[in-house]
Amino acid sequence: MQFRIVKKAEIGKKKRALIFLGSIFAALFVSGLFLAFLKLNPFQVYIAMLQGSLGSAYRIEQTIIYAIPLLITSLGVAIAFKMKFWNIGAEGQILMGAFLASYFALNYSHLPRPLLLLIMFLAGFVGGALWGIIPALFKTKWGTNETIITLMMNYVALKWVVYLQYGPWKDPNASGFPRIANFAESAVLPELMGVHVGWIIAVLLTILVYFFLNKSKKGFEIAVLGESVNTARYAGVNIFSTVVLAMVLSGGICGIVGFIEASAVEQTLTKDITGGVGFTAIITAWLGALKPQWIVLASTLFAILIQGSSYIQSAFGVSTYSAQLLEAIVLFFVLGSDFFTRYKLIIDCPILSRIKESGK
Amino acid sequence: MADRSVHVAMKNITKTFGSVIATDHMNLEVEKGEIHALLGENGAGKSTLMNMLSGIYIPDSGQIFIDGRETRVTSPRDALKAGVGMIHQHFKLVEVLTSLENILLGYKTGLFVKKKDQKVKLQRLMERFQLDVDLDRYVYDMSVGEKQTLEILKTLYRGARILILDEPTAVLTPQETLKLFKIMRRMKEQDCSVIFISHKMNEVMEIADRITVLRKGQTIATLKKESTNPQELTELMVGRPVDLSIKRVPRVSDKVVFQVKHLTAENEEKVEVLKDISFNMVQGEILGVAGIAGSGQKELCEALAGLYPIKKGEILFKGEDLAGKSPKEFITRGISMSFIPEDRLGMGLVANMDMVDNILLKQYHHSKGIGVKRKPAAAKAREIIKKLEIHTPGIREPIKNLSGGNIQKVLLGRELDSHPELLITAYPVRGLDINTCLKIYDILNEEKKKGVAILYIAEDLDSLLGLCDRIMVISNGEITGIVDARQATKEQLGLMMLGNKEVDHAV
Amino acid sequence: MITIAFFKAAIIAGTPLLFATLGEIITEKSGHLNLGVEGMMLMGAIIGFQVGYSTNSPLLALLFAAIAGAFGALIYAFLTVSLRANQVVSGLALTIFGTGFAGFVGKSLVGMKMTDEFNYFFRDLKIPGLGDIPYLGEILFNHDIFVYLGYVTAIILGLYLYNTGKGLNLRAIGENPAAADAASIPITKYKYLHILLGGALCGLGGAYLSLAYVPVWQENITAGRGWIAVALVIFAGWNPYKAIIGAFLFGGLDIIGFRLQGTAIAISQYVFDMAPYVATIVILVIVSFRKSKKNAPPKALSEPYFREER
Repeated sequence: MQFRIVKKAEIGKKKRALIFLGSIFAALFVSGLFLAFLKLNPFQVYIAMLQGSLGSAYRIEQTIIYAIPLLITSLGVAIAFKMKFWNIGAEGQILMGAFLASYFALNYSHLPRPLLLLIMFLAGFVGGALWGIIPALFKTKWGTNETIITLMMNYVALKWVVYLQYGPWKDPNASGFPRIANFAESAVLPELMGVHVGWIIAVLLTILVYFFLNKSKKGFEIAVLGESVNTARYAGVNIFSTVVLAMVLSGGICGIVGFIEASAVEQTLTKDITGGVGFTAIITAWLGALKPQWIVLASTLFAILIQGSSYIQSAFGVSTYSAQLLEAIVLFFVLGSDFFTRYKLIIDCPILSRIKESGK
Repeated sequence: MADRSVHVAMKNITKTFGSVIATDHMNLEVEKGEIHALLGENGAGKSTLMNMLSGIYIPDSGQIFIDGRETRVTSPRDALKAGVGMIHQHFKLVEVLTSLENILLGYKTGLFVKKKDQKVKLQRLMERFQLDVDLDRYVYDMSVGEKQTLEILKTLYRGARILILDEPTAVLTPQETLKLFKIMRRMKEQDCSVIFISHKMNEVMEIADRITVLRKGQTIATLKKESTNPQELTELMVGRPVDLSIKRVPRVSDKVVFQVKHLTAENEEKVEVLKDISFNMVQGEILGVAGIAGSGQKELCEALAGLYPIKKGEILFKGEDLAGKSPKEFITRGISMSFIPEDRLGMGLVANMDMVDNILLKQYHHSKGIGVKRKPAAAKAREIIKKLEIHTPGIREPIKNLSGGNIQKVLLGRELDSHPELLITAYPVRGLDINTCLKIYDILNEEKKKGVAILYIAEDLDSLLGLCDRIMVISNGEITGIVDARQATKEQLGLMMLGNKEVDHAV
Repeated sequence: MITIAFFKAAIIAGTPLLFATLGEIITEKSGHLNLGVEGMMLMGAIIGFQVGYSTNSPLLALLFAAIAGAFGALIYAFLTVSLRANQVVSGLALTIFGTGFAGFVGKSLVGMKMTDEFNYFFRDLKIPGLGDIPYLGEILFNHDIFVYLGYVTAIILGLYLYNTGKGLNLRAIGENPAAADAASIPITKYKYLHILLGGALCGLGGAYLSLAYVPVWQENITAGRGWIAVALVIFAGWNPYKAIIGAFLFGGLDIIGFRLQGTAIAISQYVFDMAPYVATIVILVIVSFRKSKKNAPPKALSEPYFREER
C-alpha cells in the first residue's frame, strides 16, 4: 500500500470555509484531549471560556479592550506579510510607539487634551514607523534577512523601555518601585459607550487598510511585490520606495497600538505594555488570510479565546499559558488544513484496485 | 531485424491532473537498440508519458512492461532498477556540486565517499560511450552542452539501458546537436534503447528509427522512418494539413526609431555581460536576436527596458537618451518588454493573480489618482480573450490554472494592448503548439504593419529566419554580426552563435 | 574583565547557542527554515529540567530534552514536509507553542534549583595534555562534558555534511530537491530525519541552559537565544565548523554586560543587555554585504517540494 498526493482542481469558497471550520474543530478536539488529560471536562472549560469573555457587559467590554490592540496590530502585520516581508517586530514597534507617545504625555501634559492626544497619536505612529523602516532599509539595500532583524529589534526596544523604567524615567514618587509616573488626565484617551475610543480608531483603520490593500496603486504594488519581485520590477514598481512605505505603514500602525495601550489602558509606559499582542497578531493576520475583513473576525475570536483563558485560570486553576498553547494548536491545524484545499491524498492499494477493476 | 525484442511496452496509460486528461489510454512499444522518437506538440502528453516511465508521475491506470515483465514504476529509483533513465529538459543537477558529486548523489556508497574508485569506473564508461566530462568541475561553471553530457553520463552510470531524452536539442546550437546525435548513435551500438522526445521534424527524420506520433493525450500512430515523410508526420501531429511556412511582411518605412550605442553592462560579480552593443531599429522592422542560451539575451532585454544597470552607452528612443531612467519611464514612453523564462511564469505575470490584475499590472501607471481602476482592465481582459482565443474559465481565474500556451497569450495580449512603439519580446512561442505559434507570428506581423519596431529574441533558428528582416547574433554578451535574414543560413548563424565574427556585414 | 576567566565563560555561554545553531544548520540544509528554534529550546529546557528534577538523573534529563526538541520539530516537519505549509509561519507557530508549553509545564517549577547530582555531572574536566597548554588550555579544554560534546557534535556534523555520501545527498536536497529526487534519494525520509535531529540538538541546547548554565528554572529562560542561533546560521554560512566560532563570539557578547558590572566602565547594565541583540543585527547586516556561491543559503530553502508540480 502506498500514499501519494495529487493536485486538486481549484475548490469553491464553500468547501474552503468547511475545511477551515473543520480545522478549528479539530484543534478544539485536540485541546480537549489535553484538558481531559489534566482531568478537566473540556466542555465545561470551553463553556466557561465563553462565559468569561462574553458572559456580562463588563466582560464583553474587557474582551473588546483586548481585541482592539490585537486587531490593529494584525492589520499592521498584514500589510508587511502581504509583501512577504516577514515583520515579526510588532512587539518592538508597539513599544517604540508607546515610548514616543509617552514622551509627549509625560513632558507636555499642560497642552489641551485634544491637541496632546493628536500629538501622541502621531508620535506613536512615528515611533513604530521608525522601528519599521530600519529593517526595510537593510532589506532593500543589502537583502538582509528581515525576520531576524525585526525580532532582534523587539529585544532592543524592550531593553530600552526597561532602561527607562528603571533609570531616567523612574517615578521618584513611587517609593523606589521601578515604574514610570502615571499620565495626566490630558494624555488619556476618553471613553465612548463603555470602552475607550481606541475602538473607533480600530474600525477606521480596518476600513482604511481594506481600501489601501484592495483599491490603491500602492496596495496593488505591495501585493505584486509579495508574489514576485521580478514581476514587480518588470511592471515598473519602484521596489525601494514600496518596501519602505509598506514598512512605515506596518510599523506605524503597530506604533499606534503602543499609543492606545499606553494612553487608554495602562495610562503609563511599562515594559509589559504589549501583552504579547505582537506575536498573537501574526497568527490572527495569517488566519484572516491577510484580508482586513477576515482579520476582524480572527482578532475577535482570539480576544474571546484569550479573555476566556484568563477567566478559566481563576475558575479552574489552569495556567494562563494554556491560552498560548491553544492559540498555537489552532494555528497548527489551520496551517495544516490548507493542504486539503490544494491537494488530495490517494491511497494506492494494489489489491483494492484489482478488486475494483475486476468488478467492472 | 526480425528478431528484435521489445524493450519497453506501455499499455493503456491514463493520467489526469486535476480536471485535465494528460494522457488518455496511451500505448508505446520500443525495441531493443533503436532510437524511437516521440513526436507531438506541446501538451500532446509526450513528457507526461515519459515521466510515468521514469517514475516521476504515477499513472492513474495502465501497465508498463520492461523486457517483457510487468513492472510497477512508482519512483525514479524503481525506474533505474528496471534500467530506465531520463534526461529532463531542465537538468536535474545541483549547481554547487561538482560533476562527480552529482553523479554520486543517491548512490549507495560506504560511510565515506571513495571518490578515486568511482572515478576509474567513470573513466571507463566515458571511453565506452565516447563522452567527455570533467569530473572535478562545478556545475555552475559548465555550458548547457556540458551539463547535458554530464546528465547522460550520470544516467548511464546508474545502469540505465533505456534512455529518455526530453527535447534535448532545444537548448543546443546546431553544432552541439550533431555531437549529441553522435552520442545517441553510439548508445544504440551498445544495445541501449533511446527514446527521443521532440517536435522538430528535421531532427526526428535525421536520427530516429521509428516514430510514434502523439496528439492531445492520445497515441496516433507508430511509423518506420523509411515509410513516412515530414508532411505526413506534421499532419498526424497537428491533426490536419498545415502550411508551415512563416510569412514575412515587407517593411514599410526607413525611419530609425531606436538606437543603441556602445551599451555595456556588468553583473553583480563585475563580469561584463553586455559588451559594446550597438544597433539601430527602424519603424516596422522585426530584428531577430539569436544566440546560445545565456549569451546575454536576458540582460539585453532588461537593459533595454531600464531594468538592468548600464555601465556605459546610450539607449536612444526617438532621439531621447533613456539610459539610467527608471523602468516606469520606459513603460510610459511606449516601450514594452516581455520575457518568457524557461519556467514560462515568473517574469511579467503573477501566477496567483487573475487576468484582470495581471492586465492592470501594465496599465495602472497610466491612470490618474492614487486608486487602481479594475473596470477598464476587466474590459480589456475580455477583449484579449476574444482576440487571441484564450481558453479560461473566466477573467477572475488565477492564471496559474491556465495552460502554458494560454498564459503566454495573456502575456502577449497584454503587451500588445499597451500599443507599444517598440516591442521587445523574448521567446514568445516557447513551448507552444504549431497553430498557436503561427497565430503569434501573425500577431507580430500585424504590429509590424502598424509600424511597431519589434526586437524578437528566440531559440528556434527556423522561426528567426522565416519571420525577421534582420538577425543579430550575440555570443557571450557581444554582437558577432547582424545579417539579412533572407540570405542567412542556419550553419552560418550557428558559427556566429559560437563566437565567430561575421565579416560580411551586408546590412 | 577581559581575562582568561572571561573567555572561558564565553565558551560556556556559547555552548547552548552552538547546539541550537548546529540544529538549525542541519535543518536548513534539508531545505527547511525552522523559526521554531526558540520554542524547541524552551521545550528541551523545561522537559530536561522536569525530568532531571524528578529523577535526579542527568542522562535521562538530557535524553528527554532531546526527545522534547525532536517532538517540536516533528510537528513542524509534519506541517511543512507532509502538508507543505508555509515554513515561516509554521516555525513561528512552533515558537509560540514551545513558549506556552514551557510556561505551562514550568509554572510550578519557577525558582526551583537543580540538585548537586547535576553540579557533579557538569563539573569541569581538564583534558590531559591539551588542558595544560598555557592560556588556551584553560579557556578551551577545562570544561564540563557538555561543552566538549558541543565541539564533537560540530566536527561530526561537518564531516557528515562534507565528507559522507549521506551528507552529499542532504545538501542536494536543500539545493535542488528535483535533482535529488531524480537521483532516487528518499527526500521525505531525509527531511524528517534531519529536521528531527535539528530539533533534538535545539532541545539539548535548551536543556544545557536549565540544567547547567542557570541552573534554576525561570520563565523564558532562553531569552531570545533561539533567534540568535537562527542568525548565527547565516553568520556561519551554513557551515558547522564556522558555527563554533560564531557561537563562542556571541557567548562573549552575552556575558559582557554582566562582567563589566562594577568595573571602571560605568555604562548602564541595561545598555549591555542589548549587546547580543544589537550585535546580531550588526553582524547580519555585515554578512549580507558579502555574498558568494559558497556562503549562500541552500537554494531550495523555504520552498515546498512536490514531485508532480507542473
